[in-house]
Amino acid sequence: MAWVLAAVLLVGCDGFTDESREFGPPVTGEPTHSVVIESPQTLGVVDSPLLDVNGTPIGVGCETCHGPTQARSWAATPGEPFHTGVGVTVDGVRKLDHHGELRCDNCHSPDRLTVHLADGTTLNLADTMLLCAQCHGPQYRDYQRGSHGGMTGFWDLRQGPRSRNNCVVCHAPHSPHYEPRMPAPGPRDWYLREKPTAAKEPASEEKSSDLGDGHGN
Amino acid sequence: MAAGGATFGAAAVQQALAPLAELSGGFTLDEFLQRHYKQLSREDMEEVLDRLERKTLEEYDREVQIEDIRPIPGVQFGYALNLSLCIGCRKCVEACHKENNHDRATYNSYIRVLEMEKGGNDLEESSVTYDHVVPQRKKFYMPVQCHQCDNPPCVKACITKATWKEADGIVVVDYNWCIGCRYCISACPYEARRFNWTKPEIPAEEINPGQSYLTNRVRPVGVVEKCTFCAHRTRVGRLPACLEACPTGSRVFGNMLDPKSEIRWVLENKRVYILKAELGTLPRFFYFFDE
Repeated sequence: MAWVLAAVLLVGCDGFTDESREFGPPVTGEPTHSVVIESPQTLGVVDSPLLDVNGTPIGVGCETCHGPTQARSWAATPGEPFHTGVGVTVDGVRKLDHHGELRCDNCHSPDRLTVHLADGTTLNLADTMLLCAQCHGPQYRDYQRGSHGGMTGFWDLRQGPRSRNNCVVCHAPHSPHYEPRMPAPGPRDWYLREKPTAAKEPASEEKSSDLGDGHGN
Repeated sequence: MAAGGATFGAAAVQQALAPLAELSGGFTLDEFLQRHYKQLSREDMEEVLDRLERKTLEEYDREVQIEDIRPIPGVQFGYALNLSLCIGCRKCVEACHKENNHDRATYNSYIRVLEMEKGGNDLEESSVTYDHVVPQRKKFYMPVQCHQCDNPPCVKACITKATWKEADGIVVVDYNWCIGCRYCISACPYEARRFNWTKPEIPAEEINPGQSYLTNRVRPVGVVEKCTFCAHRTRVGRLPACLEACPTGSRVFGNMLDPKSEIRWVLENKRVYILKAELGTLPRFFYFFDE
């Protein structure tokens, strides 16, 4: 009896008895959906030392001080408090990292509303990826091929659209270093509990001097 | 004598069937008699899905839609991960945990991120429970999940044929057919399979209601579960949840049969590394590096 039952249960497991269930409906035709790149349309604001009624810093646009009608110099003043919000924390100190040795006007046009390439070609802020691509060619190539920067939506553009990020969504243009962060929680299975020896990792592991450069390698 | 034997036989049968009579706690006779996934007709499947939806409502107090989503003809899935970009932030782990309705108590996920020493690939020396700021300068990070092998050791090990490879390359489990023997877990060289030691506990409001039979429906206690490249998403054209969550764009997914796809460009142009290639498992999950 048991053998019969076992035979009945096991026979036919290798293929679908109802072959119409093996595949879903086919998808045909050319990709009809597009890839949308999330890009900033305006310059961002800098946190000022002044707070609003909610206690959050008041944002100030660059052109407020550096605008075409202002007399303020275009060159950055070291220690200028308005610029403390532009930068990255290194060893506990907030630094104004100007993207290597670059000056503002290497990228920003005098009208403060557009940027320009090294050859002087003016670009809208939405097209800043071309600006970055001047120096970061391999990254731009990888981005175009889908292996840098990530995406959300559909892998199959025949079935739906896709959304991607402009370079400056992830990399602050004035301090492009990708900031180190705390990871999401790890697994808590009983069999993964750290062995006593492994738990005694030296505390110096966590010193910021050991932090990576923002890339895995 | 004969009458005594018949009485004894009837008593023995009754004794043997006693556990069936005591079936309760949501385990019904319908469930017990349910046939293997591949033997179900469309009508059978509809009934099974209705029953599972009702059961989820009873046990977890959440209305869900469970579908049976089948492979798209002409699609072979492939997945690649850029080890040069990954920073070990575990965003993919978190996304998998939520998308696939994992047990909240164990923070289960189909992905484990190994923190490894630079300059080697000794998996034994890696850490999966690291808890400090990432990335560390002397480490690199290698997320590991199901490699959807074309020569899958787990499928060979399964004694009940509860796990098999689908037409688009995804290795799936019929969670109503698995008996929980865990041979597949022993067989997998990537430690990609998980076992439900306890009934998964998930608050009703956190349950992802878009579910499918072979993927992210809440699994019963005592069965083995695994990554399906989010087949309930990818078989309708969407990207896997772990890829969407990645802040660095380390992950590349697509149809390997499409010469214009992102995954094909990576496989043809990058330095691609197959984990434990010497085992001959022929994975569909690849690691690669930038220049």
